[in-house]
Amino acid sequence: MLGFLKQPVVVTAEINVNLVALTVMGLVNRLWALSYPRAVVFDEVYYGQFVSLYMKRIFFVDDSGPPFGHMLLAFGGYLGGFDGNFLWNRIGAEYNMNVPIWSLRLLPALTGALCVPLAYQILVELHFSHCAALGAALLILFENSLITQSRLMLLESVLIFFILLAILSYLKFYNLQKCSPFTAGWWFWLLLTGVACSCAVGVKYMGLFTYMLLLAIAGVHSWHLIGDQTLSNVSVLCHLLARGLALVVVPVAMYLSFFYVHLTLLYRSGPHDQIMTSAFQASLEGGLARITQGQPLEVAYGSQITLRNVLGKPMPCWLHSHKSTYPIRYENGRGSSHQQQVTCYPFKDVNNWWIVKDPGRQQLVVSNPPRPVRHGHIVQLVHGITTRYLNTHDVAAPLSPHSQEISCYIDYNISMPAQNLWRVEIVNRESDTDVWKTILSEVRFVHVNTSAVLKLSGASLPEWGYRQLEIIGEKLSKGYHQSILWNVEEHRYGKSQEQKEREVELHSPTQADISKNLSFVARFTELQWKILTLKNEDTEHKYSSSPLDWITMDTNIAYWFHPLSGAQIHLIGNVLTWASANVATLVYVCLFLWYLLRRRRKICDIPEDAWRLWVSAGGLCVGGWAVNYLPFFMMEKTLFLYHYLPALTFQILLIPVVLQHLTDHLCRYPGKPTGCSAVLISGDEGSEMMGFIVPAAALTSGTLHYVPSVVTLPCLPEGHGENYSVNACTAPGKVNCSPV
Amino acid sequence: MPCEGTRLRFPPCPTARTPFPLVPCAVVPGRRRLPRVGARMTLAAGCCQAESGPRCGGLRQRRPRRPASEPSRPSPLPRAWAPLEAPVGVWAPLAFVTLLSFASRFYRLSEPPHVCWDETHFGKMGSYYINRTFFFDVHPPLGKMLIGLAGYLSGYNGTFPFQKPGDRYEHHNYIGMRGFCAFLGSCLVPFAYLTVLELSKSLSAALLAASILIFDTGCITLSQYILLDPILMFFLMGAVLSMVKYNSCADRPFSASWWFWLSLTGINLAGAIGVKFVGLFVVLLVGLNTVYDLWELLGDISLSLVTLGKHLLARVFCLILLPLALYTAQFAVHFAVLNKSGPGDGFFSSAFQSRLIGNNLHNVSVPEHLAYGSVITMKNLRMAGGYLHSHWHLYPEGVGARQQQVTAYLHKDLNNLWVIKKHDSNTADHLDPSCSVEFVRHGDVIRLEHKETSRNLHSHQHEAPMTRKHLQVTGYGINGTGDANDFWRIEVVGRKAGKRIKVLRSQIRLTHLATGCILGSSGKTLPKWGWEQVEVTCTPYVKETPNALWNVEDHINPKLPNISLDVLKPSFPEILLESHMVMIRGNSGLKPKENEVTSKPWHWPVNYQGLRFSGVNETDYRVYLLGNPVVWWLNLVTIGLYLLMATCAIVAMKRGVQLTAEFKELSEVLLHSGGKIMLGWLLHYLPFFMMGRVLYFHHYFPAMLFSSMLTGITWDTLLKFCAGRLSCSMGRRVYTYGTLALMLLIVYSFYLFHPLSYGMVGPMASDPNSPMAGLRWLESWEF
Repeated sequence: MLGFLKQPVVVTAEINVNLVALTVMGLVNRLWALSYPRAVVFDEVYYGQFVSLYMKRIFFVDDSGPPFGHMLLAFGGYLGGFDGNFLWNRIGAEYNMNVPIWSLRLLPALTGALCVPLAYQILVELHFSHCAALGAALLILFENSLITQSRLMLLESVLIFFILLAILSYLKFYNLQKCSPFTAGWWFWLLLTGVACSCAVGVKYMGLFTYMLLLAIAGVHSWHLIGDQTLSNVSVLCHLLARGLALVVVPVAMYLSFFYVHLTLLYRSGPHDQIMTSAFQASLEGGLARITQGQPLEVAYGSQITLRNVLGKPMPCWLHSHKSTYPIRYENGRGSSHQQQVTCYPFKDVNNWWIVKDPGRQQLVVSNPPRPVRHGHIVQLVHGITTRYLNTHDVAAPLSPHSQEISCYIDYNISMPAQNLWRVEIVNRESDTDVWKTILSEVRFVHVNTSAVLKLSGASLPEWGYRQLEIIGEKLSKGYHQSILWNVEEHRYGKSQEQKEREVELHSPTQADISKNLSFVARFTELQWKILTLKNEDTEHKYSSSPLDWITMDTNIAYWFHPLSGAQIHLIGNVLTWASANVATLVYVCLFLWYLLRRRRKICDIPEDAWRLWVSAGGLCVGGWAVNYLPFFMMEKTLFLYHYLPALTFQILLIPVVLQHLTDHLCRYPGKPTGCSAVLISGDEGSEMMGFIVPAAALTSGTLHYVPSVVTLPCLPEGHGENYSVNACTAPGKVNCSPV
Repeated sequence: MPCEGTRLRFPPCPTARTPFPLVPCAVVPGRRRLPRVGARMTLAAGCCQAESGPRCGGLRQRRPRRPASEPSRPSPLPRAWAPLEAPVGVWAPLAFVTLLSFASRFYRLSEPPHVCWDETHFGKMGSYYINRTFFFDVHPPLGKMLIGLAGYLSGYNGTFPFQKPGDRYEHHNYIGMRGFCAFLGSCLVPFAYLTVLELSKSLSAALLAASILIFDTGCITLSQYILLDPILMFFLMGAVLSMVKYNSCADRPFSASWWFWLSLTGINLAGAIGVKFVGLFVVLLVGLNTVYDLWELLGDISLSLVTLGKHLLARVFCLILLPLALYTAQFAVHFAVLNKSGPGDGFFSSAFQSRLIGNNLHNVSVPEHLAYGSVITMKNLRMAGGYLHSHWHLYPEGVGARQQQVTAYLHKDLNNLWVIKKHDSNTADHLDPSCSVEFVRHGDVIRLEHKETSRNLHSHQHEAPMTRKHLQVTGYGINGTGDANDFWRIEVVGRKAGKRIKVLRSQIRLTHLATGCILGSSGKTLPKWGWEQVEVTCTPYVKETPNALWNVEDHINPKLPNISLDVLKPSFPEILLESHMVMIRGNSGLKPKENEVTSKPWHWPVNYQGLRFSGVNETDYRVYLLGNPVVWWLNLVTIGLYLLMATCAIVAMKRGVQLTAEFKELSEVLLHSGGKIMLGWLLHYLPFFMMGRVLYFHHYFPAMLFSSMLTGITWDTLLKFCAGRLSCSMGRRVYTYGTLALMLLIVYSFYLFHPLSYGMVGPMASDPNSPMAGLRWLESWEF
């Protein structure tokens, strides 16, 4: 003890000034004048509405991806004290004073800035020289497209950050693997890999590609581990289990937790309720829950119910009937039964009410005690207002001639008897004696005589059917499809004996008790399924592009345009960077194939460890580029240039890799015969600078030309913009800008 | 891997006592250069050595350097499996399975005597070939040409209309076409038998695979009708078989048999893609196999670069150039045979149609340059784009402005005619014979008047009916008097201002003067009110797509001289390219409709749901395409089993566990041969998960062939492995009875389910009186 008296306490801090400088430059470059323009720029209009909904705690569904990214943006809004009151309806609209645009854009900008030191570190961990690492970082730092994308309230820079973080932590972990497995640092980087992967996937589903790549790399490394016969079976198993835990279990758990937070935060009903099932809607505050709160749970004979189709496509609707009948002849000359129409109606209406009747009894009220309807029971469905019975028969449906027509039976006294018995089949039953439950049970109605199934065909009826949706009886049930499933949404026990009283009762709001909340797992599965299957109509966009346009940068996106000053923001890349990145990829692939084929013939052009370095760096960078780029060729959605940015990031990392390799192994000894004798050259300033020169050239040329497209150039006549000499503002008739 | 560890630490029988003495054919030294082939042969000899002598002999009759000692090798063991295989070698079982296969496929071939399921398409297309009328289909022509040929040779005259499933054939001769398909379908079994035999060198594996295919109700049903699938599967299996064969000739490259099998592979590949584009998957399989092959050769330092180059060239020639040439030849025949105008004309461009006899563009002579006052039709350049069309109907309430509809229509009709006028003057000037003809030039502003209704082509700031971001196009005005929104600038792609505009050849763009949008066809179908014609819009996005380009097809102007336009006829490469574009478009257009129940790829291996081929009601003769559930579930389990076994084997090898020789050989077969088949299964199954088009159950059958072969190999290996761990006599018994039990199971299940293919009459299976009662194991089966 008291050792410090004898020897001085020494704290040795090692600070990589390069790294610090890069970080600072990144921050300056991304954060500077962040709140300009104070107007909605491009997709901010899209993400902004979700931020507002988060602030108001209103439930929504976004089919573009999982909720973590939106949540991060909303967190920025929360920090800035945003109350969510802004109408996100038009690109270019000026923000009100209550929108804390700086803090909303802060998070994407920060993550964008941190990509710069991450790129540096990744190359260092790949065992490339600091010079090459510096080059990579600078290329990222001065890539216009990345800057533009980071400075706005968009998600790409967040995604790229998590992707790079995942790669870096895996590399750190892998480098620790050789010397010190199962230490704290080892566990830290391994777990961080999993966490960063799940964050990337949580921001956008595109993150999945990088996650798969990392899993594949980890798989290859694990396979080598299995082959390592110095390790005992037990320790191999431990290694595999640790990887499984960190790279599979942790990400899945994290992903679930995003949804948990999402669903906990958003507890109010909102504009997207209708997409979800009744059960889900009932779990939200307001909306349907207000109506269904306190309904009786079990459907009994005499219950008054509304039936909602479970599918909800093309729109959510309820089984409906009204006084009008089917026309005697359709336009195409086919005949109908001329009985009362049965349709599916997308709005709440008193004509949506049906009464469940026991075929054996005449009463339309619930007896005391109520007799619940169970799976397999036979019922009649009586339309509340017209008291006609739901019926089907061997007549072709109006628009789907292969199916049966569904009608409410009118006795015309012709030889066409009523066929109105339906068997209730609960599809999501737990046992065969399950009771038909409000909201929760998904029910199929099977016609007893013809075994046709009540189904929503998806077509809308013409004028005579008021453009409501067609209901058919499908004779050949082709198995399970949601369009044949129905659930009870509103429900009450009928009390009125007389039709007049009953009509009054049907018009009155429902009341009673019992509410049922869904479990998290059920809500998660439903929401996840809706996110994956919700299809927006393919919309053509002025700036949409095809993947082929991206590599050649044949496309750009105008993000914002000031109508008065003509100031604009464009998403466009740095030409030199893109071109050299493409060249680097090409050179890499060619050289790789060349080496590979020659190695197969037992000719070694480069030493073994250089080859390993070449393969691992290329596998990561070219692999990352390929997995983030090629899948887009198979996608059918509307694509934009910004979808290419993650792939581009990987491609940029490749430039210094290729340059250093070229200087180390090819340019150095042009005349030297190839063979195993080639020596790995120790870092020599002259050769390594090569890794730096091209990036530097790229920056100078690129930034000079493209600065205008990145940082917008205000040339407001009022003159309160910053002082730039501007050549972007060449809109005819505008005030010529000069420094104020 | 504890399981593997314990299993493999089991003390091996001393060689003298092993049930599989490693003596016979393959160990004869110096016979083979490549060790891996030798290893495989050992196995062949290993377990079933009772059969090995004669079989090796049988297999190698073609090979010149057969060791003389072989056929005379005595069979040292008592013939435990005598009834299956022993004395007859390989050819007798082959003949036996072939016979069974033909018998099962040709039994009740003529039943039911009406059109079943897709016969309505493919039978009809066969007739088109016989009648030489042009039609359009999403598949390449070979399959249908062969059907047509079979019909022609068997005396069918092409007069049956094949209107809809259920139509009776009456006196028409349909047996020829069905018989042809059944013949090709029957060949699958011997192909599978030979493939498995070649891969595993085990007779029982081959017999198991063959019996699965013989007794699978699904394969039988699919082979019995006029469909493309038996033809596709024939070529597919042929390609796999010849690929396997040429792989096993690898020790004698450039020998006659090597060349034979290599080029046969190429021919079969051409056949497979020529029938359906699904054949691309087998091309991929062969391609991967070839790359692996070349990679192995490259690693063999003893081969010179020249030899390598020869290998490469041989493969390029046989597997790329030869199939391409054959594939192109099919199309040449297709176009040569179909030279009459028919139902497929409208899908193709004007230039293409001019080839077809009976088409109004055939040998046509029209005025060459467009002039004011000309009456024209305009065709959209999009593949399968229609003619610009209008009719006496208005857009309905709520759909843009209530003006006359303008659509694109695929058929020829008087309502497709338009008159070109100057934007600022009226008709009379141009029709006046005294007036000189004035040509329309690039960049002119014109007005297009619909001939029947005298309304002008018009656009304005209302959204289009389907594509909301585009502008609506209508017919407007009375007797040609409209407003400034009727003015369009006519431009020709790639031409300078002031040049004349040519009929058929000029690609025209019409720009709306007031809004700057471009006339185009979106390709979306209008609802009932628009007679399900195609939407025409004015797109504000100025992009170079064929959607927004038109050409002039008919051109009537009495004042101009007609010239013959034979020069327009497209060259063969052009029509080849065009027909491919149309096919691809057609395929991607087969999208499932909203709320339609479609078959999902995961249904298939589970045998979740079949397809109704014929009959619905109790009184009908019903045929239901459904795999034999026992077989299919066995296949499904086997895939899991295979993965497990392969993983254990590969991990054990990687961990350096000491394996006995016969386990090494077993895992060699498992990984190498089984791997090839597994790859085939994956390639023929997984891509369907990514397809957006409508899928059907029968798409799984190519994959099912691979799955069945895998079942044969895997169970045989498993039984050998189990037998290897037991004492010699016990082991043999386990092996024999195991194989027999599997086969009996398959035969018995076939006995249960055979009515699915050979037809059922009477009550449905849900009825207890039905003969199929109790066999509806899944609720989703509909028989």
